[in-house]
Amino acid sequence: MRFIPHTAAQVAAMLETIEVANVTDLISHVPARLRELAEIKLDPGRSEAEVVSELRALAARNQGASDYTSFLGGGYNRHYIPAAVRAVTSRAEFATSYTPYQAEASQGTTQAIFEFQTLITQLTAMDVANASMYDGASATAEAVLMARRLKPKRKTIAVSRALWPDYRDTIRTYLSALNGIEILELPFDDQTGTVDLGALTDMAGEELLCVVLGYPNVFGVIEPLRTAIEIAHRAGALVVSATAEALSLGLLKAPGELGADIVAGEGQSFGLAVEFGGPGLGFLAARTEHLRQMPGRLVGQTRDRDGRRAFCLTLATREQHIRRERATSNICTNHSLCALAATVYLSLMGRQGLRELAERNVELAHEAIDALAARGLRRRFSGPIFNEFALSLPHPVDALAWAEQRRILAGIALQPQYPELGDSILISVTEVNRGAELHRLAAVLAEAR
Amino acid sequence: MATAGRITPIVAMKPKTEPTTATQPTQVPLIFELSSEGRRGTDLEARTAGSKSGAEILGSELCRTDLAGFPELSEPQVLRHFLRLSQANFAQALQFYPLGSCTMKYNPVVNDEMAALEGFASIHPLTPAHLAQGAFELMARLEAALVEITGMDAISLHPAAGAQGELTGLLVMRAYHRKRGENRHQVIIPDTAHGTNPASCTLAGFEVLVARSNSRGFLDAEEVRRLAGPDVAAMMVTNPNTLGLFEPEICEIAHILHAQGALLYIDGANMNALMGVAKPGHMGADVVQLNLHKTFSTPHGGGGPGAGPIGVKQVLEPFLPGPRLRHAERGWVFDESRPDSIGRLRSFHGNFGMLVRAYTYILALGGDGLADASRNAIVAANYVRKRLEHCFPSASPQPSMHECVLEHDLESRTGVSTLEIAKRLLDFGIHPPTIYFPLVVKGALMIEPTETESKEVLDHFISAMECIHDEALNDPQTVKNAPHTLRLSRVDEAEAARRPILRWQAKPD
Repeated sequence: MRFIPHTAAQVAAMLETIEVANVTDLISHVPARLRELAEIKLDPGRSEAEVVSELRALAARNQGASDYTSFLGGGYNRHYIPAAVRAVTSRAEFATSYTPYQAEASQGTTQAIFEFQTLITQLTAMDVANASMYDGASATAEAVLMARRLKPKRKTIAVSRALWPDYRDTIRTYLSALNGIEILELPFDDQTGTVDLGALTDMAGEELLCVVLGYPNVFGVIEPLRTAIEIAHRAGALVVSATAEALSLGLLKAPGELGADIVAGEGQSFGLAVEFGGPGLGFLAARTEHLRQMPGRLVGQTRDRDGRRAFCLTLATREQHIRRERATSNICTNHSLCALAATVYLSLMGRQGLRELAERNVELAHEAIDALAARGLRRRFSGPIFNEFALSLPHPVDALAWAEQRRILAGIALQPQYPELGDSILISVTEVNRGAELHRLAAVLAEAR
Repeated sequence: MATAGRITPIVAMKPKTEPTTATQPTQVPLIFELSSEGRRGTDLEARTAGSKSGAEILGSELCRTDLAGFPELSEPQVLRHFLRLSQANFAQALQFYPLGSCTMKYNPVVNDEMAALEGFASIHPLTPAHLAQGAFELMARLEAALVEITGMDAISLHPAAGAQGELTGLLVMRAYHRKRGENRHQVIIPDTAHGTNPASCTLAGFEVLVARSNSRGFLDAEEVRRLAGPDVAAMMVTNPNTLGLFEPEICEIAHILHAQGALLYIDGANMNALMGVAKPGHMGADVVQLNLHKTFSTPHGGGGPGAGPIGVKQVLEPFLPGPRLRHAERGWVFDESRPDSIGRLRSFHGNFGMLVRAYTYILALGGDGLADASRNAIVAANYVRKRLEHCFPSASPQPSMHECVLEHDLESRTGVSTLEIAKRLLDFGIHPPTIYFPLVVKGALMIEPTETESKEVLDHFISAMECIHDEALNDPQTVKNAPHTLRLSRVDEAEAARRPILRWQAKPD
């Protein structure tokens, strides 16, 4: 086997050193019945060439990956990935190291995480960000658990119905085992697609622990976050702002600037392929005064014995390997290499480029909206949008099928998750969509009527 | 110095004294410190002339004024910065990295190449199923392979990492008991368990009962019998345990739990010892979680991403999370209508990129190759253990599985601590083992060589450990002040915690 370096002679020499006749002697204390049944009945090993041809054949059966013009979004975003990102993340020095427990041997990883933490605080206008979570949904669920630790006496959580269904489901699962917490569904305004502020005001009582809003939300609509936060704060509740399209933070007012208490989200837009939905990049940022209740790893700056700047894991007494059942979270392995990809990506985009790219997404999405409107197709909601929007269609399922026959994945039907929006599809437009594609999308969807 | 059991004399080992990175700057500036106003690292397609800008479309009420502090660098500067940072890391591809319980084995590079194929990397998770059949098929085949390897009935590829797999498994067991009308609220965990086990229990709403391991590091069936009562939902057992030892009474423990109506959860973090040796399903496990980034060779990435699938017995299958794969008339689809499911713990369908890598690995090794990997891992661990017995004895008389936990009396004799031994190993170009874990072994060194390191590398490690042992006795300051040859001397972790600096901030002008 090409990955195992031991020759037969070396194995024999090692067994001789151990003073056993064969490997079986080393496992003779494993019950015989278990050993007898242990054979793994899989095909024998294969050459690299055989494996590659098998995997290529499977990959080729994913026609949706390359043969179609795509407008799919729904919380996962198609963006161009500069070549420099993979040039860094494929470095074995980063890819094949592990959690930087030994600071002196991990300055590459720890400094990159420190830079990542800084970039996330700059994007969100928050004080501190952790070293990453699994994805946007689980980061948002962890943010809710953190809010609960900060407000242990309060009992209700208002979760926007315009938060991605995956996020809502994940929050429900994470809270399912914790007694005494009630999840209220915060409705959205049928005209604008933004949070129903009247309903929020009604829920904002002394039992309200936190409010969870998408920013932008599942319909791509930019929530009136400042007003919602003011309402929640008047009742003494916390606000978790969740972002699935992190690029939007390059242009929109930062959630921290608008008063959010915890900012969670999905950083996949920053240099990660869509990869059928994972691995993504959860991020979580908070205020300094809430630091001790944060989940996940943190890297801090310090010095070595000779006074040189150094970086290391810190404040680990919040974490599972020290605090065990009293830890702030059970997270151990996180998505470090994905955070590295985002750090490289954001460094390349830079102060000007990230904003310009965010603006370009807004411009292209509105070009698509205008092209659709010119053919009589209207947005479902009137609220301001970033790069994704809901479109009303007389026969949305038929229209998607019609477009697919013309090699266009025009969007996602909202009906399965939002029966009240059975007439709508969700369309995502990013910089990978060319102007001509937008006009063709409009023409094809208009024909489908 | 002790000579008993010595196989070969210590070779004339001198760690390098000059910095290994002499041609590199000691420190790399932060990316923010390399920034100059007006510089850029990306060029975008031009906007249609005369059209409104994004900021004009949304208006100043919604838009921020600036990304203050964000870096401004050219592409080559960015690349150089991160490549320099990469050189400040130890990594499995470069160094021996025997971090116990982490299985730092070789990560075949072809796995990464397969995950990067456009058909896998560019398939959107919400693509209509009939245009993504390759992805479904791969997941179905991986599930089937893991069923065969573990002896369980069903696999969920949903969890993002081992700890999330634990939480998933615990919630599944909780849902099972609830469905039967039972409100069991306790979970038994051995004192040798990874910290994630008790932390996951708390998240899943369970109270932890600690089972004490016996003086040889094992779980006694008697201890489990003492604790297993009508309130116990399950017991979580890592097998082999964190001492690298197979739990000899595991089958009896399963019987005791089952007789009480409780379930057995096996933490498969140490599955690299078990392939072709014993299947968790046959040990009586009702749930097992796997770490694809350990046993199945997906890269650890400086701390992830990993993947933490769980396997369950049929009776627990209805409770598994997320959509499940179902083969319908026209191919694979996701089955969303599962009323007893615990729901999701993340978006979409698992860490698919990691699943591609693990499947590629399993195909390459095949059934025999996987068993061969475990056998070689076991030989390597026992070889290192035997060779080091004279200065770092093992905590147990039973043979080790894939890793060995060693102890020493240097701290009381010479003042040299396990941490200092670990730091000194860095000077030999070796990443230290896991230290001070499990907690039941004082000053523990937990060494997992894996099957992919050559005997020459193992011998180098053994010689380095012997050399450090000698130094501790004869020249303890050299060990206490290590490392000597890296870019940095010992990093002050206490200082980092005392006054946390968790981000870069621009100096005021």
